[in-house]
Amino acid sequence: MLKKLLLAGAMSLAVTGAASACDFENTTPVKSLSAGFEAWKAVTSFMAKCGDFEAELDQEFRTKQPAAFAADPSLYQIGGVANGTLVPLMNEGTVRPLDGLVEKYGQNLTPNQLIKINGETMAIAMMVNAQHLMYREDILTELGIPVPKTYDEVLAAAAKIKDAGVVEYPIGATMKTGWNLGQEFVNMYLGMGGEFFGPDNEATIENEQGVASLEMLKKLTEYMDPEYLVSDSTYVQQQFQQGKIAMANLWASRAGAMDDANESQVVGKVKMAGAPTADARAASTIWWDGIVIANNTSDEEAEAAFRVAMNGMTPEMVKENNDVAVWLIEGYVPGPLALGVVQTAEAGALPYPASSQMGLMHTALGNGVADFLTGAKDAQTTLKDIAGAYTTSAKEAGLIK
Amino acid sequence: MNTKTFAAFVGPSIFLMLLFIAAPLVSVFMQSFYVTQPIFEQVEVETCTPGFPTQTCVTETKIQPVLGEDGKVVTDVKYVGLESYYNVLEPDRAWAALKVFDFDALLTIDFWKALRFTLTFTLVTLPLVIGVGLAIAITVNNATRMIRGPIIFVSLLPFIITPVIGALSIRWLFIGDGIMTAFLEWWLNQDIAMFAQGWTIELLMMFYRVWHVAPFAFLVFYAGLQTVNQDTLESAVIDGASRWERLRYVIIPHLMPLIVFVSLIHLMDSYRVFEEIVGFSSQAYRISLQWLTYDLLTPDDSGNRSISRASASAMLTMIGIVVLLIPLLRKTWRDHKGGRV
Repeated sequence: MLKKLLLAGAMSLAVTGAASACDFENTTPVKSLSAGFEAWKAVTSFMAKCGDFEAELDQEFRTKQPAAFAADPSLYQIGGVANGTLVPLMNEGTVRPLDGLVEKYGQNLTPNQLIKINGETMAIAMMVNAQHLMYREDILTELGIPVPKTYDEVLAAAAKIKDAGVVEYPIGATMKTGWNLGQEFVNMYLGMGGEFFGPDNEATIENEQGVASLEMLKKLTEYMDPEYLVSDSTYVQQQFQQGKIAMANLWASRAGAMDDANESQVVGKVKMAGAPTADARAASTIWWDGIVIANNTSDEEAEAAFRVAMNGMTPEMVKENNDVAVWLIEGYVPGPLALGVVQTAEAGALPYPASSQMGLMHTALGNGVADFLTGAKDAQTTLKDIAGAYTTSAKEAGLIK
Repeated sequence: MNTKTFAAFVGPSIFLMLLFIAAPLVSVFMQSFYVTQPIFEQVEVETCTPGFPTQTCVTETKIQPVLGEDGKVVTDVKYVGLESYYNVLEPDRAWAALKVFDFDALLTIDFWKALRFTLTFTLVTLPLVIGVGLAIAITVNNATRMIRGPIIFVSLLPFIITPVIGALSIRWLFIGDGIMTAFLEWWLNQDIAMFAQGWTIELLMMFYRVWHVAPFAFLVFYAGLQTVNQDTLESAVIDGASRWERLRYVIIPHLMPLIVFVSLIHLMDSYRVFEEIVGFSSQAYRISLQWLTYDLLTPDDSGNRSISRASASAMLTMIGIVVLLIPLLRKTWRDHKGGRV
């Protein structure tokens, strides 16, 4: 599997060869709005080489994007989106089909990059992201623990590490109340084989899988820093870098930071593996990040924007930023850091099930799960209240009659 | 001043107040009785996303809004009466919990949880802000003229700092192995996690608020102290009044209108407590009414937001402030009327 990828990467490197910074001189003003993590910085800095391009990198882009794209003319020509954030744009019809432009300027794109909805290409993906297991190889080897493949093995390993007392807390997790905590539940629940909705959009989380997911999350928290409800990706990344934790299910986009000698005290010691599986499949979701082109913009602008975007997604860009992300772009050489995502996908992790309902459910989960972890409610009540919160907002949104 | 001049002076600000305060308020009030929903349709959608080694395509029934001819989502505005208020207050659950005096159950409902925290926060910080402010003012007033300037400058610093930044800096002092936590752990020789339970965060939030707002109270009281009648004070000294008695019977009565003023401002401000929730990311343990409104307004990944419930929650917050202010406003009104007669 990995070999195939490696081969594909090497081949594409061979055919493309060296090229200049940008293949045309852009004279149409183009603006983009996207998230601000490393991969976006890399891509937009290459887009900028075409000239007359302005990138807005904003972690709060998701609150701005729907309104900015609904304006006529749209405030941005290029939008950076992921599974979830594409939903409102699709719902409001503010992004345009890209098939014509792909045919004209998308020679470098691989079929895997084209996000197709009902056969039309609506977005171009550039990278995949997933939460997967990162672990301290030195600690596991020393204690004779095999790399955990399931969550039960994770608990067993954590118990051993705790007894050995080599790190402060065996496990780290992105359990900050809100989006992060909701995401942890979504991962676990899908891993347990749960379904979120019934045929009429009603919540169907009050079941065995739901209870099992909550209980597994709670068991994991026993091995965590007691302040886990305020710990986000950056916090977990720092815990790793400072040698305070031994394992975490962390975003692939954070893998590079483990070996950053400027920040990390554990360079070379953190290794990647697939997300541990729960009862049914890998307890993680696959995300993609990519670009869309606004609908409310002239065809000329859209064309210029697309060409600029294509110049950000070149093999040269990947060559310079190989370990920043798990790229889908030609020229990517999957290194050891990509192993986690590949194994997670192989273990059957599903794409994040983005939809209008899921947005509401995610919010309800993010606000509701903490009550179980802090012991304020039992599992049944927690799930019942979350389902209730979802139903209230779904009714208000008109998703449930 | 004749009526015309008066109108010319006051007119612009009344106009702006109507435009920026009254009009939005009316709009929020109206919105809390309506919900706007897109018209949805069920469609079969095939979605292809990146996978290894090739794409994964899934066909599923999705619910999506209908787009009108102008390319905009077709929406339907519905009058729902008090339903949004009902959804925020959840009176059934609240009443069921109250009937059996199960306050823990009551406090699992967002609104009541937020109300409990907001009220505690407001009522605990109020006397502390006034007390600390008064203490600093009197200290500075009694300090020698030479060091007065630097003291005023230093005590005003917390007030100048942007609230969110101030909250974040206190959070960083205490979170994880922050400097202060590390120091406390070393001093008390035990493991401390300030952000692992609600009450420690609540204490930190109150401490932060007092630290941040006391300078404002100080400033007002210090100005007031400059106008204390020196003759009264001297005669009190001659009558043998102690320092405490002078404070109790001369200074505090003199400052009373200012104390009421600071209390009014503080009640209004701290009932809208918000920065602390975000700064200390206390959502898992403590939420406030203002945060609840904000959370309902924030769109999720799929762009959903609950405008109607957010409006209801905002109106309830406003009603709460008014109720809190009534005793103080009545006192001011009576004093005002008394002054006239």
